Amino acid sequence: MKQEEEKREIILEVKDVKKWFPNAMRKKSFVKAVDGVSFCIRRGETFGLVGESGCGKSTLSRLILSLYKPTEGQVFYRGENISHLSGARLRNVRREMQVIFQDPYESLDPYLDIEEIIREPLDIHKYGTKEQKRERVEELCSLVGIPTNLLTRMPHQLSGGQRQRVSIARSLALNPEFVICDEAVSALDVSMQAQILNLLGRLQKDLSLTYLFISHNLSVVKYVSDTIGVMYFGHIVEIAPKEELFSNCRHPYTYALLSAVPVPDPDDKIQMDALKGDVPSLFDVPGGCIFHTRCPYASEDCKYKEPKLTDIGNGHQVACHKYDTLELKLAGRRNSVGKGEA
Amino acid sequence: MLKRLLHNKMIVAGAVIILIMVFLAVAAPILTPYDYAANSLSEMLNPPSLKHIMGTDAYGKDVWTRLIYGARISIKVSFISVLIALLSGTAIGLLCGYFRGCLDFFVGRLMDIMMSFPPILLSMIIAISFGKTEFNMCLAIGIPVIPNFYRIARSEVLSIRERTFIRASQTMGAGNAYIIFRHVIPNALPQIFITLSSTIGGCIMAESSLGFLGLGIAPPTPSWGAVINEGKDVLFQAPWVACFGGLMITLTTLAFNLLGDGLRDVLDPKLREN
Repeated sequence: MKQEEEKREIILEVKDVKKWFPNAMRKKSFVKAVDGVSFCIRRGETFGLVGESGCGKSTLSRLILSLYKPTEGQVFYRGENISHLSGARLRNVRREMQVIFQDPYESLDPYLDIEEIIREPLDIHKYGTKEQKRERVEELCSLVGIPTNLLTRMPHQLSGGQRQRVSIARSLALNPEFVICDEAVSALDVSMQAQILNLLGRLQKDLSLTYLFISHNLSVVKYVSDTIGVMYFGHIVEIAPKEELFSNCRHPYTYALLSAVPVPDPDDKIQMDALKGDVPSLFDVPGGCIFHTRCPYASEDCKYKEPKLTDIGNGHQVACHKYDTLELKLAGRRNSVGKGEA
Repeated sequence: MLKRLLHNKMIVAGAVIILIMVFLAVAAPILTPYDYAANSLSEMLNPPSLKHIMGTDAYGKDVWTRLIYGARISIKVSFISVLIALLSGTAIGLLCGYFRGCLDFFVGRLMDIMMSFPPILLSMIIAISFGKTEFNMCLAIGIPVIPNFYRIARSEVLSIRERTFIRASQTMGAGNAYIIFRHVIPNALPQIFITLSSTIGGCIMAESSLGFLGLGIAPPTPSWGAVINEGKDVLFQAPWVACFGGLMITLTTLAFNLLGDGLRDVLDPKLREN
């Protein structure tokens, strides 16, 4: 019982976080990149965050990392509000919270060799002597599967997969507890994706890491996550454990996403009516439910009343007025989602 | 590192020419029996001969002597002035590009004003108002080219600071100083080297131009510009005076350009061999 409780310790809590960027074109108007997002991540789990491009996933990850200061709301790391920390205290939090970026060609400094890149966090946090650093770098290399003879190479001499391993080694150098994978495999080809995902999975088990896994690829998210949050236009519209989400999604947007995943079956028909219209303009955000302009089930009510994330049991939360009346069934599709790639 | 430098033909060629020039300047008293200021009315406008290998000018002064003594001033002044511009321009550009904000705006406008003057005009203003000393010459030449370095450094930093590895460094907890010295400067350096190699040639020319306009070091101290200036009056009777002066400037400018291009190649990680 005690063990159970320990497992469920909340490591990261995001509470009603907003990030509004000032609009350069019009005064006093804002681009609401993230607009009131709340969720929490428990120790040892992988929280998958999906959403289309431009929905605020990366802004959210930067808010969590304190690269941006939130306009409103707080981020708690192990119970401590970190959203307005600075200086040494922020540095201490950052030791435990690391990030793996999307593009392994951009996230490594082209003017440093691989050893210098992996050593960078050790340099910043003044970890031990030169020999100790070297030892740690080699240890990290074997952990992520980089041969040590690559240490003298420059980043451009490595393949995409190797670079991503370097990036992972670097982020693990300080023994973090919480790692954000911001589209960590999106820039890699499918076979490399599988290798890196397996590596991430193994590391999670060996080092008891907690992941926030951000991706636009549902198959990947399904493969790695325990809990999945679906983001649309700066809002989280649905959060549910993986199996629950894929078998029993309650938000029309999640449904549209799931039904749009290509299935390797020639007889399969994509439901084209799951989503209508286009993503609304960032400068003209729809009132009421953020999704009502595109929702095939929207009623008058949805235009004026903003739905709140509501817990409907089984750890399933959804932000929709009509979650209990809608029939959203992915006929015969749900089991094949994700099998093609992962 | 040294091996890589020596492997590059451009660097070697540039360095050899510059070393020769420096040697000529330093060893000038040994390399010539003449005095750079001594007139000799019996030997006016002699063409190149064994006695005067580059001929003599309108006052019978040995051109070779004047050029190697002139190298002292010309190389020193252009080098120091480019150093002034490089250090201040790059530092200002780095800070403005990295921190942006209010400072960036005001410094930017100041640089716009400086750039709106023709550089030679600005040099003249400074040279006239500060007086003809060596250091003032360096200021007069160096200050007008500060915007060159500022502009390049700032625009480089603006693009570098948005790159992911900078963000990665921030999330690891790196401070601004660490990021600037570890990531920003090495990434901005190649562009700055290109600017450096093209600017140093310009500075030698500027020194010569000022000398040519009579705003350089006070005569009879020779400089390359001054030699050309004297040669200009007798261009048709004695073309060697101006030509040899121009040759020295051309060679030195070429050498610095070669050196700069070579350094940029050596620093490029994509061309680095293991």
